[in-house]
Amino acid sequence: MAHNPEGNQKQVHYVGDSRVRADRPKRYAPDYSEFPGKTEAFIPDFLLKEWMVAVVFLVGFMTLVFSEMPPLGEKADPTNTSFLPVPDWYFLFVYQLLKYKWASGPYVLIGIVVLPGIAAAALLLAPWLDSGKERRPHKRPATIGIMLTTLVMIVALTWQAEAEHQEQLISSPVRKPKSTEIVDPNSKAYQLYKESACIKCHGEKLEGLNGPHLLGIGTKQGMSKEEMIRIMDEGRGAMPAGMFQGSDADKELLAEWLMKQKQK
Amino acid sequence: MLRAIYDWVDERLDITPIWRDVADHEVPEHVNPAHHFSAFIYCFGGLTFFVVVIQILSGMFLALYYVPDIVNAHASVNYLQNELAMGAIVRGMHHWGASVAIVMLFLHTLRVFFTGSYKHPREFNWVIGILIFAVMVGLGFTGYLLPWDNKAYFATKVGVEIAAAVPWIGPYIAAFLQGGDIVGAVTLERFFALHVFFLPALLFILLAVHFILIRRQGISGPL
Repeated sequence: MAHNPEGNQKQVHYVGDSRVRADRPKRYAPDYSEFPGKTEAFIPDFLLKEWMVAVVFLVGFMTLVFSEMPPLGEKADPTNTSFLPVPDWYFLFVYQLLKYKWASGPYVLIGIVVLPGIAAAALLLAPWLDSGKERRPHKRPATIGIMLTTLVMIVALTWQAEAEHQEQLISSPVRKPKSTEIVDPNSKAYQLYKESACIKCHGEKLEGLNGPHLLGIGTKQGMSKEEMIRIMDEGRGAMPAGMFQGSDADKELLAEWLMKQKQK
Repeated sequence: MLRAIYDWVDERLDITPIWRDVADHEVPEHVNPAHHFSAFIYCFGGLTFFVVVIQILSGMFLALYYVPDIVNAHASVNYLQNELAMGAIVRGMHHWGASVAIVMLFLHTLRVFFTGSYKHPREFNWVIGILIFAVMVGLGFTGYLLPWDNKAYFATKVGVEIAAAVPWIGPYIAAFLQGGDIVGAVTLERFFALHVFFLPALLFILLAVHFILIRRQGISGPL
């Protein structure tokens, strides 16, 4: 080092002013001697164990990634008036809160300022609101009780929001498309459609008779091949269960074909 | 050879104490899942950081192809998901990772809360943690718009409307988020910039403070 004219190899530390030698004692981490037990160094001993947990986690995570394709809907169309908006799942409880009469309309301030404000302030100030020395949960029932109650309410609101959204999706009609041309009319699936009971209610050209039309069904929000098969199996509304009598392979073919009906 | 290079650098920059401090500090038994299986709840914080790293890496690769304008955004996401080799995996990691990050962060927060670990002297680090939570939720909200599909568009519209209903400052928040009177071209640009520059920068600063404070104060003792 430049500040080491004697040339001895011993490391010399300086503070900001390079003429003043640092004489700081090394800061040791707390050694937890008050908690006798098997402490170990962070790297590599402990990090290895934490990595084991991370590997289990990673396997689960990648299983999810490989089995579920991330969804991508139709390109955003601001003129689409029938689209039911829904926020990402972790906002659902706030979204639901704002649907209640006492937290919306003239009372909207309760929903967007008062309740979220209290929650945020309580969370930020938790260490000072719960300032006792006691750390064990059963010794601070008020704090834990408030948190548990809040958690139950968040879960209930999220559940309710999701249930209401699904209900709205089911009852929302398919937009009547301008085009009535059937996609892929030469498919075997169209034959299956015509030969089965579907045709009696949904019509020969998917135009809908007693039942709703199926033109543009592939663009319906929340509709998927799996959902289609479920409706065929379990029925929906006035439609009885088990209307499609063919084999599972045929049913799948028909569902795939119906999802292609994206007339606009 | 490596040793010589290390010594050469170390003599000039004195790097040994920095990493030795990180490597050698003792980790107590009660947070070690190898000694007590139930101690895996103390891993939630580390796992959250792990997901954040996954988000950063997958996001960097998505940014190679994503185009933040309303004409091309949807097409570019569609391309990288359906045409590009491994694109669906990388987007899948980023998409699902966003939800998993929130879940892990939530679990970590609950662990700290129920074990009372935010008490003296660690009050300040709890506040930092809540701010990290807010930034992560902000990342989720801004990232949700980027694929520019109907779901993204209308969710953002509702979100901005809710923000606009806040008295006094509401209209200003909405104008700041939208960059105009409607959710449109500028909004997407804005959310992109917030999502990849502003909020990550804030997140890195908060994470650094979070970790430095943990090193200074140590992990809270057993219950």
